[in-house]
Amino acid sequence: MIVLDSIHKSYVTGTNSLHVLKGIDLEIGAGEFVSVMGSSGSGKSTLLNILGILDDYDSGSYVLNGKKIKGLNETKAAMLRNEMIGFVFQSFNLISFKNARENVALPLYYQKVSRRKRNVIAMEYLDRMGLKDWADHLPSELSGGQKQRVAIARALISNPKVILADEPTGALDTVTSFEVMDILKEVNDQGITVIIVTHEHDIASMTRKIIRLRDGIIAEVIVNGDLQLYRDRVLAE
Amino acid sequence: MFDIDIWQEIFSTIRKNKLRTFLTGFSVAWGIFMLMVLLGSGNGLQNGVREQFSDNAENIMWMWTGETSIPFKGYKEGREIRFNNEDYDYLLDKAEGVDQVSARFFLRGDITYSYGKEYGSFTTSTCYPALADMEKIKISSGRFLNDLDMMEFRKVVVIGDDIRKALFKEEDPLGKYINIGNVPFMVIGVSHDPRSQDNRQSYMPFTTAQRIYGGGNRVHTFAITTEMVQTAEEATAISDNIRQQMAMRHSFDPTDQKAMGSFNMLTEYIRTMKIFQAIKMFVWIIGIGTLIAGIVGVSNIMLILVKERTREIGIRKALGASPASVIGLILLESILITTIAGYIGLVMGVGLMEGFNYALEQMISSGGGDQIFFRNPTVDFGTAISATLILILSGALAGYIPARKAASVKPIEALHDE
Ligand SMILES: Nc1ncnc2c1ncn2[C@@H]1O[C@H](COP(=O)(O)OP(=O)(O)OP(=O)(O)O)[C@@H](O)[C@H]1O
Ligand SMILES: [Mg+2]
Repeated sequence: MIVLDSIHKSYVTGTNSLHVLKGIDLEIGAGEFVSVMGSSGSGKSTLLNILGILDDYDSGSYVLNGKKIKGLNETKAAMLRNEMIGFVFQSFNLISFKNARENVALPLYYQKVSRRKRNVIAMEYLDRMGLKDWADHLPSELSGGQKQRVAIARALISNPKVILADEPTGALDTVTSFEVMDILKEVNDQGITVIIVTHEHDIASMTRKIIRLRDGIIAEVIVNGDLQLYRDRVLAE
Repeated sequence: MFDIDIWQEIFSTIRKNKLRTFLTGFSVAWGIFMLMVLLGSGNGLQNGVREQFSDNAENIMWMWTGETSIPFKGYKEGREIRFNNEDYDYLLDKAEGVDQVSARFFLRGDITYSYGKEYGSFTTSTCYPALADMEKIKISSGRFLNDLDMMEFRKVVVIGDDIRKALFKEEDPLGKYINIGNVPFMVIGVSHDPRSQDNRQSYMPFTTAQRIYGGGNRVHTFAITTEMVQTAEEATAISDNIRQQMAMRHSFDPTDQKAMGSFNMLTEYIRTMKIFQAIKMFVWIIGIGTLIAGIVGVSNIMLILVKERTREIGIRKALGASPASVIGLILLESILITTIAGYIGLVMGVGLMEGFNYALEQMISSGGGDQIFFRNPTVDFGTAISATLILILSGALAGYIPARKAASVKPIEALHDE
């Protein structure tokens, strides 16, 4: 599904150049549930932006679902994002003047689905998130957990292959965080690849693979059964 | 780009941002409203000016004589100057810049007009056929004087509508004879002036009048039309030259305004039109300025909106909006707001001027409009259409820079968490 081969990325601001990603090799198969961890500034969001075709990389290669992603024009990138990827953000990023249903339906608008049809589909997805009764509410009238569920519904509505979530629980309390993780897990159970960035170990431990970034390279990858081991070691530190 | 969805998308944006939409639209509506009011007022002024000149040809010139007030070549002052038939021939054949000529011989005292038992006292204007063009005489039946009437000293007359009413009541006057100071004249035409001042006046061949009423070769006044020159200087030059020539012919000082007086309409007309052109130019400059201010205003507000909506646009792009669809969204929103707001301003501006015009016409038809220097202050259909097109264009112009800015929004920067 996702194949990264020695990805490099620098941010150039004025005369300074900040080398953020220093050769990332990574393979994520279809249906995986992965979390990316690492200290602040280690390049997690940068990596996720490249995976989400929101940003380009300097060198290396990125193949998504068999398609090489490099130097796409904006229109192509937008189309690919719309077809392949669903985004979930820490700060929800719902459009404030659109109600829950309209927010969820928006990706379908860019797929030229008729208004009536996309509203029906949006209601289905809201229903799955248990938010049927909140369809006509504006984001400002929803709790953090509800907002994130609306955002997940929006990420799912275009039937993406991958869900990319940058600290999806970062703005939520523990209980709601777990609710959101449960939903993401369900999403993953349906075969959609889910990649989340998180700082919290208990959140990461709910995924099936943890990628640890340090100074722009992958420091370690911990899979499945190793998780418990990993947690013990981290707690011991 | 023109599917229903994008409009629904725009309408839902507008509906949810009523205040800023109103504020954006207001400046445009106001601009167009002012443009229409200004253009209408400009037109009203133009029509008013035209109306003031419409009684006569704008290139008419009157000349009359009096007594000299300056001694000249051995003559003392106080000598009476008289035009004569040779002056007529001179003006018609030799004078420079003269187009048509009519002479007038004043009949002395009140002259009674009678037909059967009916009679009344009316003004007689003696003239050449050229006067019809000069004074814009309108004939409601029959004909005006012609050259043959002049050459054959025919006793024919064209009577004003009030004279016809007084003498003939319902009878057809054409071909009938009326007595004018005991001389029978055949009525050949009826003139009718909607502005009513000249309806108590009749037109008689100058040659006939001069002969019948013992005028010798005396001419009291001339009315001429000058060449339609373009500048006030040229117009003045023509009348100055005629004055010089007349001063030579009758031996008076050319600067002696008492010996001979004249009024050259064309000089006044050109001067007035020049002032008016300046006013109209001023109106256009103000109008275009208002419009530009409107465009800049909308552009500015849209720019602020784009900045405000950076995150929203970033979200849209992350979810699959292409740059073209973002440009379309902003551009169409701008065009929609400008067009609708502008149209409201247009309708209100045109409506106000039409209402004003209605009130004006009421005043004029009830006889109170003589002093009003203002006529039909409305904007014609063509101007309104082009104003509408300009609006749509300015909407596009106003939206262009903000739309480009919106299209260049980078989702990662827009979505960057603080
Ligand atoms: N658009 C940008 N321009 C310049 N520098 C940037 C930009 N985005 C990120 N950086 C820098 O790149 C480095 C990596 O940033 P990144 O956002 O990927 O870190 P992160 O691992 O997500 O950190 P955090 O846990 O705080 O979210 C940081 O030093 C950051 O300041
Ligand atoms: Mg980050």
